Order: sequence, then structure tokens, then C-alpha cells
Amino acid sequence: MSLPNYTPLHYKIWHYTYLTICGLVFFFLIAPLFVILPLSFNAEQYIHFSAKMIALDPEAFSLRWYQDMIWGTKNPWGLAAKNSIIIAFFATIGSTILGTVAALGLSSRHMPYKAAVMALLISPMIVPLIISGTAIFFFMAKVGLSATHTGIILAHIILGTPFVVITVTATLSGFDHSVTRAAASLGSNPVNTFMKITLPLILPGVISGALFAFVTSFDEVVVVLFLAGLDNTTIPIQMWVGLREQLSPTIMAVATCLIIMSTLILLTAELLRRRSERLRGINR
Amino acid sequence: MSTEKILSSDGLPLEVSLRKAERRNKIKALLLVAPLFFFILIIYVFPIGEMLFRSIDDRKITGMLPKTFKTMENWDAKELPGEPVYAALYEDLSYLKETKTYGKIIARLNYEKSGFSSLIKKTVRKINKFEEGNYKEQFIEVHKKWGQMAYMGALKRAAPKWTFAKYLKGVDLKYDPEGEIVQVPEDRRIHKILWMRTLNVALWVTIFCFVLAYPIAHLLATLPMKYSNLLMICVLLPFWTSLLVRTSSWMVLLQQQGPINDLIVMLGIASDDNRPELMYNVIGTFVAMTQILLPFMVLPIYSVMKTISPSLMRAGKSLGGTPLVAFYKVYFPLTVPGIGAGCLLVFILSIGYYITPALVGGASGTLISNTIAYHMKSSLDWAFASALGAMLLIGVLTVYWIYNKLVGIDNIKLG
Repeated sequence: MSLPNYTPLHYKIWHYTYLTICGLVFFFLIAPLFVILPLSFNAEQYIHFSAKMIALDPEAFSLRWYQDMIWGTKNPWGLAAKNSIIIAFFATIGSTILGTVAALGLSSRHMPYKAAVMALLISPMIVPLIISGTAIFFFMAKVGLSATHTGIILAHIILGTPFVVITVTATLSGFDHSVTRAAASLGSNPVNTFMKITLPLILPGVISGALFAFVTSFDEVVVVLFLAGLDNTTIPIQMWVGLREQLSPTIMAVATCLIIMSTLILLTAELLRRRSERLRGINR
Repeated sequence: MSTEKILSSDGLPLEVSLRKAERRNKIKALLLVAPLFFFILIIYVFPIGEMLFRSIDDRKITGMLPKTFKTMENWDAKELPGEPVYAALYEDLSYLKETKTYGKIIARLNYEKSGFSSLIKKTVRKINKFEEGNYKEQFIEVHKKWGQMAYMGALKRAAPKWTFAKYLKGVDLKYDPEGEIVQVPEDRRIHKILWMRTLNVALWVTIFCFVLAYPIAHLLATLPMKYSNLLMICVLLPFWTSLLVRTSSWMVLLQQQGPINDLIVMLGIASDDNRPELMYNVIGTFVAMTQILLPFMVLPIYSVMKTISPSLMRAGKSLGGTPLVAFYKVYFPLTVPGIGAGCLLVFILSIGYYITPALVGGASGTLISNTIAYHMKSSLDWAFASALGAMLLIGVLTVYWIYNKLVGIDNIKLG
């Protein structure tokens, strides 16, 4: 973004003001996340930067809160992590299968009432979570699934499918349907065609949809607050409970782990997006 | 020329054969969509419908005083009802006493008119001593309130199976003893403030997000790939990070001993023993929600800006427009679809926000979602929570609908 020499002065001033504003906004976006990292290594029990920490004194840092997170007495994080992973795993599988199959149907040009059906299928994304939570809570209580993993998984499948439907439909929009017809003309049955031809081609979209569904479930707290009993506590629920009491360094340690996880997911999603664009022949 | 029909390989006319194939494809598409469609219908759409139903459902009391309400149908509620109503009331109350279930109607009737609690309790205690015939006099003898129109009128108002009372309560209105809709006393008008605050926060967060997102979306769209990819991570990392992590980082930053307050003290804006409250009020809600929702504004605007060719701006300038005019006349109108999508997304998300306001909002920064959660989990007034939820839902769907009508979801043209 360097400017040519002949640029008038007031444009130059405007240009650098603009870059400064952008820099500040980027800082506003990303800096809050990095406040957490050093505090999770704090040797003391306070959630603020001590003079020693700022002076980078090694004594001011320790791993005790990570120790506390993993081996601490009476700590809820082990159970919460287990539940979160189980719930997110099954919710992801459910959303991905249901969402991908529905997206295949929705992308067909023979599908009637496409807009209306699409609106219904992505409605869980539009409707505020508190309403979804209330409604699903009444339903699960009625069918006897409140305070069970199954109930939470079903609710999370609902919340995750819109993302899968959207990403897979987007991938399918650039899909060349003549390849499936070619497979059929060569004697392949529809299931075989799907597994060998369609799926590998739309896989990046499916996986990025699955990542969305996973993160949605893993991070979801409003609906779980309504549905969970003591045995179904998840990581977000424990963070919510902890944050309502007070900020503790252990929460900072958990938050750091979650930031690392989201960085990994982000990198995977970006790689997939690029691969998908390459496969669909979109040149940039 | 003969109009001989063209036949397909199975001997059918081509037309019929084609229609058959089309129908087969249609059924195939429908079958693929069906599992998710019914799944969402059963576990999501019906429960929301049931929630709406619950908000107007008042059948519990109708079922407990069936005979009274039946006889009241013929009563015009202008003066005290006649003997049949009191006779029916006697039968209903005796039955409720027998089954020991009269406690349930007390709360409901007390909501309609305070004073019913003692009235019902006293009457039920003495109901066994009633003699046959002339029930009206005996009722009024037990408690003079049975002879007052205010109470008998309130009883009649509780009769319908459906009521909009919870919706009225949601906007600080209620039925007065005469059955007219009036405002609740001034010191109890809390919900209107809440709705206004929710709208206010949603509106301002949307505006802040737009103002902050537009320049960086532009920068991301115009920078060469290798720089913009790096900067994109600044947008995407918060987007993928847990909401609770981001909220807790704001709690760290905004607390009284936190870095932002340290900075304020260091710059001499406030003294050390007089640190400003940045959290547990509406400031905290604004700042944290703006940062958390910013990626939802940046991404749609960015994806639209990406498609705008830079030569358009050059053309605008070469035709004599200053950069400002070229921007305003050419570039900005082209970005409107992205702005629309971003604003819609941020507004809808922030109007139903729950977690962040609950954690950093304090008493003055909580929104309508927090009230719904309170009535679901603490006061257990589920009908009221459902009514508030229904009103919020209608609000969100209206915004969505207006947006769709005005600009259309995918093809938006301006000027």
C-alpha cells in the first residue's frame, strides 16, 4: 500500500490516518485474547499484572494453574471436558450427516419450495438461542430427555445443521453434475457414485461444515444451561459458573487451552477453504 | 406434416417418459431433504409452537372451576350474579376441598385480584358447614368480598381458556378490575425499559460494528493477498474462539484493577482510589458485545468488497470525481448488500444476546434475554417467559422479513 511520489500531501495524511484507524481496530479485535495468555501463567492468585510479571521476572510465572486444572482436588474440568467432547462428537456426526444429505437434496434443481425449506432449515441460526433453549427445554422435559446427554446432543444437532447446510450447499453450487451422470452411465449405482465421486469432491465443504458444527456444540452454553443436570456439565457451563463467582487463574488456564484449540481449528478451516476453492477451479 | 409422437426407448411417448423422470428426480430430492426437515420440525419447530401456546394457555383454572365458569357464561357482569353461579361455585369449591387441590387456583386468582388468597382459604375452611339452598347469602356471610363486583368480575375474567395477560405484562400493561387494559403502577414499569434498552444496545452495537468494520473490510479487500491473509487471522481467530473465553478476557480488561483502568490512572484521567466502573454496567455490555460481534460484520462486507473491481474507482476518478465523490457515488452503493447482511446478522444476534450481558452487564446492562432466563430458572413463571420469548421471536422475524422485503437476501440493487 505504498503511495506514488506524486500523491498530494492531504491524500497522504488521509491515507496514513486510515491505516492507523485500521491498525487500532485490528488491535481491538485481537488484543483482548492475548491478555489471557500471560495471566494463566501467573504465580499468584490474582488476575492482574503484577510488577514482577511486567519486569518478566521468572519467579512471577508458574504452571500451577494448569496443574490445578488437571489434577486439582474437586475440580470439575475433567468431567466437563469428557462431556463436552462426547456431546460435540456425536452432535457433529449427526449434524454433518443430516446437513449434508439435506444439502444434496436442496441443491437439486428438481427440489420444490426450495427457498421456504431452506429458510426453515437455517432458522435455528436466526432464532435467538434463549428462545431455542426455552422451547427445546419444554420438549425434552416432556419426552423425558432433560438432563441427559442424548437430549443435549439432539439440541446441538439442531443448532449445528444450518452451518453444514450452508457450507455444503455453497460447495455444491460449483459442482459439475455431469461427473455423476458419467459415473451412472458407466454402470455405477447412486450410493457408489456418491461415495466415490461426489463425496471426495465436496469433502472440503463437508469438513468445514463439520468444524462449524463442532465449535457450535463445544462452545454452546445457553441451551445446555437449560438442559444440563449435574452429570452433564460441560466446559462452557463450568466457565460460566466460574465467571459468575469470580475470575480465577484456573479459568485463565482453561481459556488458554481453548484459544490454542480454536487456533488449530482456524488453521484447518483455512486450509480446507483454500483446497475447496482450488478444487472448484476458482482462481484468485 | 404428420405430428407423429416421438417415442423413447421403452415405447412411451417422450413427453410422458420425461415427466416420469422429472417426477422421480423430484421425489429423490424430497427424500434427501426429508430427514433433516422432519427432525427440525419435530424437535425444533413444534416445541417453539408449543412455547407460543403455553404463553396464552390458561386452561388450568378453567378445568378447576368448570361449573362456575359454565354458569357465568350467561352473566353479563354488570351487577352481582344470581343464585345459580353461587351454587356452582359451592360445588366446585367443595370438590376442590375434597381433593385438596384448591391451593392451585389461589395463586392464579390472586394474580387477577389481590385478596383472593384469604377469601378462598376462609371459604374453603367453612364450606362443609354450608346448608343446601340460598348459597349466595351464605357465601356473602362467610366473606363480604363474595358480594363485591370487583371479586366476582375478576373471577369471570379468569374463565376464558386463553389469555393475553402475560403479553400485556410484558409491556407493562394489565387488566383493571373493570376489565379495561391499563398501565401498571409507575414503580412497576420495568419491562418497557428493558425492551428499550435491548433495542438501544442492539442498535448501537450494530452501528459501532459497522463503523469499525467498514475500514478494515476495505483494507482486507484491497491489500495484496500475502498481507491480507495474515490480517484476516485477526478477524477469524476471535470468530472461532469460544464466546466465554472472549467474555472472560473482557472481564479481565475491564475490572477495577484491570489493564484499562491502570492505563486510565497512569494517564491521570482518574485518580487511583477513584477508578471508574467499566464493568457491571451498560458500558461493559457495549464494549464487549461490539468486539465479540465485529467479525460477523467484517466478513459479509469483506466478501462483497472483494468482488468490486478497483478499476471502478479509477473510472470514477478519471471522470472528474474527487476520491470522496467517487467513493460515495460508486464504491459505497456497491457495498450495500454486504452492509445489509452484516447489519442484519449483528442486530439479530445482539437483540437476543444472553451470556455477555449476564456476565459483564450488571443490573443496568442486562437485556430481555436475561429476563427470560430469570423467569425460566428463578421465578418459574414459564408462561411469562414464553410470552417474552414469543415477543422477542416476533421482533427478530419481523426484522428478517423487512430486510428480505426491502433489499432481498441475495440481489440487492441501489440507485
